[in-house]
Amino acid sequence: MTDANRRGWLKGAGAAAAGLFVSACDRLNAHAGFSGMLQSAEGLTRRAQRLVIDRKALAPEFTPADISRDFRANGSTAPDDPAYGAMVESGFSDYRLVIDGLVERPLQLTLADLRAQPARAQITRHDCVEGWSSIGKWRGARLGPLLEKAGLKPNARYIVFHCADVLEPTLDGTGQYYESIDLIDAYHPQTILAYEMNDAPLPVKHGAPVRLRVERQLGYKHAKYVMRLEAVEDYAHLGRGKGGFWEDRGYEWYAGI
Amino acid sequence: MSDTAKPAPAKVLVRRHSAVTRLTHWINVLALSVLLMSGLQIFNAHPALYWGQKSTFAQPWVWIDGREKPSGEFEGFTRIGKAEFATTGVLGFSGDPGENRAFPAWATIPSYRDLASGRRWHFFFAWLFVINGLVYLLWSLIGGHLRRDLWPTRAQLRLRHILHEIGTHARLRFAKGKEARTYNILQKLTYLAVILVLLPLMVLTGLSMSPGFNAAAPWLLDLFGGRQSARTIHFLSAAGIVLFVLVHVVMVLVSGFWNNLRSMITGRYAIQVEGDRP
Repeated sequence: MTDANRRGWLKGAGAAAAGLFVSACDRLNAHAGFSGMLQSAEGLTRRAQRLVIDRKALAPEFTPADISRDFRANGSTAPDDPAYGAMVESGFSDYRLVIDGLVERPLQLTLADLRAQPARAQITRHDCVEGWSSIGKWRGARLGPLLEKAGLKPNARYIVFHCADVLEPTLDGTGQYYESIDLIDAYHPQTILAYEMNDAPLPVKHGAPVRLRVERQLGYKHAKYVMRLEAVEDYAHLGRGKGGFWEDRGYEWYAGI
Repeated sequence: MSDTAKPAPAKVLVRRHSAVTRLTHWINVLALSVLLMSGLQIFNAHPALYWGQKSTFAQPWVWIDGREKPSGEFEGFTRIGKAEFATTGVLGFSGDPGENRAFPAWATIPSYRDLASGRRWHFFFAWLFVINGLVYLLWSLIGGHLRRDLWPTRAQLRLRHILHEIGTHARLRFAKGKEARTYNILQKLTYLAVILVLLPLMVLTGLSMSPGFNAAAPWLLDLFGGRQSARTIHFLSAAGIVLFVLVHVVMVLVSGFWNNLRSMITGRYAIQVEGDRP
C-alpha cells in the first residue's frame, strides 16, 4: 500500500467509524430503556449536590458594577394571553398572587401586599441552560416567610409556580409554563418572588409583575409571570407530569448543574 | 534487514499494562468520546465563549455561527477575537440540507439538535469518567503505578536526555529493546500532564459551571475567574485533550501499532532482546 493509499484508507475508516458511532448513539438516544439509564444520573447528581451543598449555602452575590447591561430574556418575552395583556394595561393593579393547595390559609396578595412582605435584595448571576450568564439585581418577597404565613400542611412537599404564559400552544394545555421546587429550595434565604429588577419594576420581558428567583439552579427554574403558587405532595398530575414546562420536554427537574 | 552475521534479535513478550490500567483506559476512551461529542451538542446551544463572570453578548471571544449572504446562500463562520474564518460545511453551517450549527452532525451526540439529550449523555458519562478516574488514581497511588511507571527518574529529567528523546521521536525512531520496557521521558511528562492537570481541570471547570456547586465552593469560581471563564477553560482543556489523543494515536500507529494495541488489551508487549533472554 502506498502512503497516499494508506492515508485514504485510514481517513475512510475513521469517517466510517465516527458515522457508525454517531448513528449508534442516535439509536440509543431513542431507546426508552437506555435513555432512562442516562436519566438516572440526574438522581445521583441531585443527591450528591444536596449532600455537599449546605441547605443554606448562598449562591455567589456580586457588586453593582457587575450588573449586565445586556441581560438576555429567553422563553416568553410578551405573553399574548388577553387577561395578562389587560393586567399590563392597568399596571398590574388588579394582579392577585394566589397561594393555595396544601396550605392552612390560602392567600390572595396584591402587588402592594407582596411589597409589604419580608423582602430581600440580591445581585446574582442567571445561568441559562444554553450556557450563557447574565448578572442582575433582584428585590422580592422571601418565599419562606410567605409559606409560613399560608401555613404548609404536613404532606406538602413541593411548591408549584403557575405562570401566565403559554410557551408552546397545544390542544391539551400542556404548553402553559409552570415550574416546581422542593421545600429545601423554597425555604432557602435567596429564594424570592422578585418584583424589581435593577431597582425598577420587573419588565414584562423578564416576567412582570413577579418572577421566581431560585439562585442555585439554572434559568428555566426561575418561572416568570407567576400567578399562582400551589403547595402539592406530588406534581405527577400537572402538565405532562415531570414538574415543569422544560422538564416535560426532557430537561432535568433538578437543574443545579 | 538485520545483519545475517549476528543472531536475529529474539522477540520476547513482557507484561506491560496491568488489568486496572487497561480497563480504566478503555472506559476512559468511551467516556471521553461521549463527553466530547455531547459537550459539542451543549456548546451548539450557545456557540460563543466569553471571559469573566457573565456573557458579553456583543463581544464573545469565540463565536461559531451561520448567516445568510446577500446572495441568499448560507455560510458558516468562525470568529476568534477579531479574526474571522470562512468555515462553511464544517463549522457554523453544515449538513445536507444545510443548517446553522456550530459543530457538524457527525461530531455531536445526538447528531440532531437536542440540548436536553446532550446534557443527559454528558452528565451520565461525566459520572462514569469521574468514578473511573478515581479508581485509576487511587490504584495508581496505592499500587505504586504512579511512582514506579510514570514518575520521571532524575536521569530522565536532565535537559540533554530530554532533547535527545525529542530528537529520536522527531525521527520516529523508537526504542525496541530493554529501554522499551519503561515509558520514556516524553511519554511520562505527557501522561502526567493529562492525568494530573488536564483531566482534573475538566472536572473542576465543569463543576464551576454548576450554580448549585458554586454555592458550596465559591472559591473554585474565583480560581477560574468566573463562570464564563470556567466555560472557556472547559472548552480549551477539551481541545487540549483532543490534541493529546491525536498525537497519542499517531504515536501508537507509528511505533508499532499491533504491539501497542495488544499491550493495552492483553497486557503483553513484545520487546527485542539480543543474546540472553531477560
